[in-house]
Amino acid sequence: MASQNNSKKESRLSYAAYIIRKSPMSLLGLFLVAGIIFLALFSPWIATHDPLKINFDQGFKPPSAQHWFGTDDLGRDVFSRIVYGSRISLKIALFVVGIAATLGTALGLFSGYIGGVVDIIIMRVVDTFLAIPPFILAMVATAALGPSLTNVMIALSITWWTWYARIVRGEVLRLKNLNFMMAERSLGARLPRMLFRHLLPNCVGPVAVQTTLQLGLAVLTSAGLSFLGLGAQPPSPAWGLMIATGRQYLPDQWWMTTFPGMMIFLLVMGFILIGDTIRDVLSRDIQ
Amino acid sequence: MKVYILKRLLMLPLVILMVATLVFFLTHSVPGSAVRILLGPHAGEAQIEKATKEFGLDKPLVVQYGMYMKRLFHGDLGTSIVSRRPVVRDLMTFFPATIELSLAAMVMLVVVGISLGAVSAIHRSSLLDMFARGLAVGGVAMPQFWLGLMFILVFFYWSGWLPGGGRLDLTLDPPTTITGMYVLDSLLTGNWKTLWDSILHLILPALTLGLTNLSTTTAMVRSSMLQTLSQDYITMARAYGFSDTKVHYVYALKNSMITAVTVIGMTSGHLLGGAVLVETVFDWPGIGLFAAQSILNVDYAPIIAVTMLVAVTYAVMNLVADILYAVLDPRIHF
Repeated sequence: MASQNNSKKESRLSYAAYIIRKSPMSLLGLFLVAGIIFLALFSPWIATHDPLKINFDQGFKPPSAQHWFGTDDLGRDVFSRIVYGSRISLKIALFVVGIAATLGTALGLFSGYIGGVVDIIIMRVVDTFLAIPPFILAMVATAALGPSLTNVMIALSITWWTWYARIVRGEVLRLKNLNFMMAERSLGARLPRMLFRHLLPNCVGPVAVQTTLQLGLAVLTSAGLSFLGLGAQPPSPAWGLMIATGRQYLPDQWWMTTFPGMMIFLLVMGFILIGDTIRDVLSRDIQ
Repeated sequence: MKVYILKRLLMLPLVILMVATLVFFLTHSVPGSAVRILLGPHAGEAQIEKATKEFGLDKPLVVQYGMYMKRLFHGDLGTSIVSRRPVVRDLMTFFPATIELSLAAMVMLVVVGISLGAVSAIHRSSLLDMFARGLAVGGVAMPQFWLGLMFILVFFYWSGWLPGGGRLDLTLDPPTTITGMYVLDSLLTGNWKTLWDSILHLILPALTLGLTNLSTTTAMVRSSMLQTLSQDYITMARAYGFSDTKVHYVYALKNSMITAVTVIGMTSGHLLGGAVLVETVFDWPGIGLFAAQSILNVDYAPIIAVTMLVAVTYAVMNLVADILYAVLDPRIHF
């Protein structure tokens, strides 16, 4: 059993390597995300200026050798702000998806496996959350908590677990009555063992695909909320907030808006491409 | 079929009730600073107390919830604390603009999405396929508000080809209100100048909203087209000697079009959600802009009302799509 498992894992890994080699798109995705993680980890060494330092006589400078992406209204270096801003985007994405995925997966497991009233209640709650478009829901929750970056993260985590719950519940219902589960049950396995040893590993695939998509969505949504004034507050170098500030200075200081938006695009694109790759690798297992 | 539609219609009030409850507790769980914001930082304690009483914000949450539900049953969505007008009246003013924008985006989405999906399936694995799919995925990865600003930068500021915001040129009067949608109203009243101008104003916001939601449509049309192309009746049509164009665009595409209907239901939520950002960027006076402004004022009633309106519209659109789907495809039974 163990060796069989190993060989399967190995073949999956080698298939993943094959897909990555064959499709330049998945390589691009990895490259984009890795690049931005690199920016976030080594911000102090990459940034050319202090991202928060105000310097009025350097304001509104177009891109040049000294300020690669120009300077903003307060004379801060846009490139350095973008570099530090990557930390904010990645932090939000990891936090939100970490909490939402954990909470949603746990509730989905219980809901699907226990069934009955628990299932009905959890699923009705899920339906209610899903009846409101995700951006609107995030907006309402953040507005209620008060505008700040922390509240954006809380709001997204408490509203986005529903997708995981639904996906995992579906998987559990599919697996619940398969022979290996029956066998394990008849051997007297307890609930935690059934849930975490047998059901959870089988849900990893769909959850992984959902996770990469949601990482991108969290970056987009938090940027949108910051743009509306609900998220990051000045002088934070969050990309969404930089765009909101830059908007007032269009068209003359176009660099203040253009560059942060490109970074959001590249990061989200990276997540989506990685998600597609995982899906391709997994769909081969199903075939 | 009739039973199915009836069942779905009966579910609708239940969905509304659940959504109303969720939204109420989300917005009222944090002690409201609404009054303070309305009265400003220099308001005296007495003033604050009076206003809190007036809007019932001092009662326990459960009592507030009961009051809220009771009013809801009477079709009263509350009063905006800022404008002091009934929210229902504001919604009726702003909603047509959002419908107009969403419909325009939907038309764009369906036309471009189907074309891209079909081309992508017919020329599978070609450069064209990669380009079409890249465009669709790229659209999703774009922050909507940023894409809108870039469009404004290029098509308004730099080239001057299209207007950069609003629904009409300031020199023009809005058409007589019939539906509240400027394009339709000016068409009905035969006001050609206004019609042309309102269409011009629609292009950029609709393009922004549509492009960023393309991927679902394209992917669904592509996969359903691939499936259709492998079916026997297509092989037979080829065997009869019909041209490729006819086989692809008449026989295959017709059946794949049904997918587009499902997409209408699925993407309507994203379109309505995206409208908040797109309307803010383009100063489009719809419910999205209204909600964004209310949020900054911590004005509860409009936020709740807009969320509910969006949820109800979303539910209705899904219902319509499901019914249309059954009507269009006789193989489906409920």
